[in-house]
Parts: sequence; structure tokens; C-alpha cells
Amino acid sequence: MSIRERRRWLALAASFAVSACSRKPGTNEGAAKPASTLTMRPYGERSPYEKVQRDARESTKSVGVGSSRTPLHELEGTITPSALHFERHHAGVPVIDPAAHSLVIHGLVRKALRFSLAELKRLPSVSRLHFIECSGNGGGELAGSAGADASRSHGLLSNSEWTGVRLKILLEAAGPEAGAKWMIAEGADACRMARSIPLTKALDDALIAYGQNGEALRPEQGYPLRLLLPGWEGNASIKWLHRLHIAAEPAMGNQETAHYTDLHPTGKASIFTFEMEANSVITRPSGSQKLAGPGAYEITGLAWSGRGKVARVEVSLDGGESWQAASLDEPVLAKAATRFRYAFKWSGAPTVIASRCIDETGYVQPAREEIIAARGPNSTYHYNGIKRWMIKQDGSVTHV
Amino acid sequence: MFSTLMLAAMLAQSGKPVSAEEIRAIDLTVFPNGSGLPRGKGTAVRGAALYKEKCAECHNEKGEGREQQYPRLVGGIGSLATAEPVKTVGSYWPHATTVFDYIRRAMPYETPRSLSADEVYSITAVLLYWNGIIGENDELNEKTLPRVKMPNREGFVPDSRPHQKTKR
Repeated sequence: MSIRERRRWLALAASFAVSACSRKPGTNEGAAKPASTLTMRPYGERSPYEKVQRDARESTKSVGVGSSRTPLHELEGTITPSALHFERHHAGVPVIDPAAHSLVIHGLVRKALRFSLAELKRLPSVSRLHFIECSGNGGGELAGSAGADASRSHGLLSNSEWTGVRLKILLEAAGPEAGAKWMIAEGADACRMARSIPLTKALDDALIAYGQNGEALRPEQGYPLRLLLPGWEGNASIKWLHRLHIAAEPAMGNQETAHYTDLHPTGKASIFTFEMEANSVITRPSGSQKLAGPGAYEITGLAWSGRGKVARVEVSLDGGESWQAASLDEPVLAKAATRFRYAFKWSGAPTVIASRCIDETGYVQPAREEIIAARGPNSTYHYNGIKRWMIKQDGSVTHV
Repeated sequence: MFSTLMLAAMLAQSGKPVSAEEIRAIDLTVFPNGSGLPRGKGTAVRGAALYKEKCAECHNEKGEGREQQYPRLVGGIGSLATAEPVKTVGSYWPHATTVFDYIRRAMPYETPRSLSADEVYSITAVLLYWNGIIGENDELNEKTLPRVKMPNREGFVPDSRPHQKTKR
């Protein structure tokens, strides 16, 4: 910064300070006097003016069964605040004393091992940004009841920095025996939720995570320990992880047969459909929002792929007839949410906007019709169709 | 970066051996070949009474389910290739061992893992009986349960995605 520029900044800052001081004394509006002495909070809270919340739904009778959705249309950047991470619980959120919790690895291993949390934290760890997406995300879109806003259409997606130990290290310490091909991961929640995971994934990029966005995991995200399988359906990243059973075969448990399988019109269902394919959603302008009037705006949203990095995001201003490249915020990371932006001028005429993600494998996010043609309307899971929003003449944005 | 030696040293001081007895106490996994099943036995006759007491409040009198949140357990066999597939234990689940595994680990919802092995075999038996898969007096135990052939045993195929061609 040159001396002249610096002077200009100082002058600007001084005029701001004067105007701030000239406000009514004794209120929160001015910076002259603190309105409260309770400004040094041991654990911070957001401004009382900020009210963004998750859309939470609990089943009426079975307390603890339900889900809540991340309000993607009301967030900035790529990190989901831990308090707004989507949730899906099958039997409530257990209260676990970390000092009493441990992870047992057993089965087809040379040495069955138990790791306390303190022992895990002594091992080399890594922090990585990854999305977690429920494979039921967009299920309503597939079924034909489009979400009215980006929370209801895509809110079972969140993106966090996760810290933990690479599972590969622990598995190598236990020593898988010849013939070990699967790992049954089990949580310490009331229903002992479990999933069978191919050992190849466990030895590739799986983490045993204890940190989320710089602090301990939230209880709803598996405190004190969760499995994290980057890019795979969220259900497989078992929360409250306490047991890893190494085996030759999958257990074919309830969660991987009765649920999370994709039924095709032939009557056959795809099983172990783990990868979340390339997907995207425009978060602004999007459903429930309103443009102030014709003029220049930024279209922005999130794109992600369970197969790697986002290579390109395209935006359409004509309902998907033509596509233009959006810019991507750096850094673009594998299996992590990527923020895209595109400047456009709204004429005031009704306009259908849409986004599509192309990942580094060359896969292009498909239209809903292509997904239905490939696996029918009853496949329930892994929907990643192009999401369109309609900007009406009065500026209000609705689902199409 | 950690050298291999350093990592080995770190691992040597963390991770305690676990005894077979400790593992038996926590191991709930049942595999399709029957591995993991405890000793025990049950029939649909005994299961019907237990079902009424432990399961009917949510899953309805004979596994019809209730509302959307209490899954239907019975029927739907042959419906999977239709426009309105009905996925139940009988029509969709490929292995009978899964029924035992799931009831033992997760049910009843309010008091999971409160049922004895004989009770779980019995409730599994009545669900299979109501689905027309076994007889009312057929005994289910650790030997017979894995041999039960479920109607949708061959109904699952590996992930065939990507379904859309890559364009560039």
C-alpha cells in the first residue's frame, strides 16, 4: 500500500469513527460505549440479529428419529457452521463420555486392538475439507415434489474441515489377515447402526475423525468419534464409532439392504452404491428469495463430486438450453464443496436459471429425465439432477 | 512427516490388545452364512405372542406398518418390478439373517438389546411365517436360519454407475 493510499484509508476510517460516535449514546448502535459488560464470552455466539436455522423434522412418536437440513441458501463460502450441519439420526443422539469411549478393531486381524480417544489423538492426524451428503438428498426432486428452497432441495449436504487419524494406520497396526475384504463399522447409538465398507476404501482415504471445524465433533455428528468416508453417501460414515469388524464378506445388514439400495424398474436393486456423483445447486438467487428489481446480480452456489475435484461449473439463464462457465473460488479440493459465481444482468423478464457440475472424471451432472431414464422413478437414493429456479417478473424466485 | 519407525513406535504405545471374551460381549454382527448367530431357537407360534407384546404398537397387528414412519414388514412379494413397489422384510430383504441381526441390535425401539436370543429367533420366525416363507411350526435356530431362502435373494446387483456418459 502506498503512503497516499494509506492516508486515504486512514481518512476513511476516521470519518467512519466520527459518524459512529455521533450516534445515540448508550445503545448498541454506536461504538462509543459498550452497552454491556458481558463482551468477553468464553464461548462465542452470533449476533442477535442473525436467525439462520436448520429446517428440522422429527418423527412424531419415535423420539430421536428424524433429520434436519442445512440452510444452504442462507450461507456464505463453503464451510458449514457446525451448528448448521445437517443431521440424520436413526435412534437419537447418544451422550458419550469421551473418557469412557474407545474403538475396537477385531475380526480377521492378526491382533485385535482397542484405542482410547487419548491414544488415537497421540497418533499422527490430518485435517481435510470434505462434504458429507446423505444419499437421500434430492429424493423429493426425483419423486417430483421439488424443494421450495435450497434447504429443502439440497440441504442434506454440508461441508466441514474434519480432523482425525487415517484409518489405514490403525488397520495396519491390527494387521488384516488374508481374505479380509470388508469392514463392518458400528456406532454406539441406541440402534447400533452399522454399515459394511470395502476394505479398499478403509485403506484409501478413510479417517477416524474427532475434530470438526477446529473443535471436537458435535454430538449430532458422532461425538467423540466418527468414521469419515470422503465422497461416499453420508450414512456410511458411521457416527459414534466404537467397533470395526474386519471380515471376508459384507454383513448385509438392514441399512445396506432394506435401505440405501437403488431399486430399478426391472425389480433389481443396486447395492453398495457408495459414491455421491457430481451435483450442484444455485443458492443465490434461489427459492424463497426475491430480487429487488432489474439489474446486475451475482449468481452463486455450491458444486461437489464424490469422485474428486469439480473441474467446471456451468450456469444457464434459459432453463438449460445454453450454458456458460462460472468462476470457481479457490481452493478447489477433491470431494469438497466448491463455491461458484457468475455475474448476470436480469432484464426483469421471467428467467429460469440452472447450474450443472462437471467433475475431473469428465462426468456431467445430468437432468432429472436422464436419471429417470437410467434407473426409474423409484430409485429413491443418489439423485443428482440439475436444479432449476424460476425468477418471476416480480423478482421472486420459486422452484420449477 | 513421520518416519515408519516413529509411527511404529507410536502405535506400539497406543492400541491395547482385546480379549476374545471382551469381543464376544460387544460383537453383534450376524453374517448371511450364519456366522455370529447365538445359540437359541424359536417358532412363529411363540413369536406371535411376543410380537403382540413387543412390536405391534408400532408395526401394527400383523406387520402392516403404521403411517410412514413405522415400516411395513409383511407382503409386497412380487411388487418390486411394478410402478408401486412395496419393500418389506418379505419382498425386499435378501437374507433372513438380517432380520435376526436388526431385531437383536435395534429393536424394540425404546429398549434395544433387551430380547433374549430365543425371543429374537421367535419374532424372526413369525415375520417369515406371515410372509409365507416358513411354516408356523418350523424351528429357527443358528443352523436353520441361514438356510432360509428369501424371495428376493437374487434381487441385488452391483453399482453400475455412472449411468450418464461423460461428454468431455
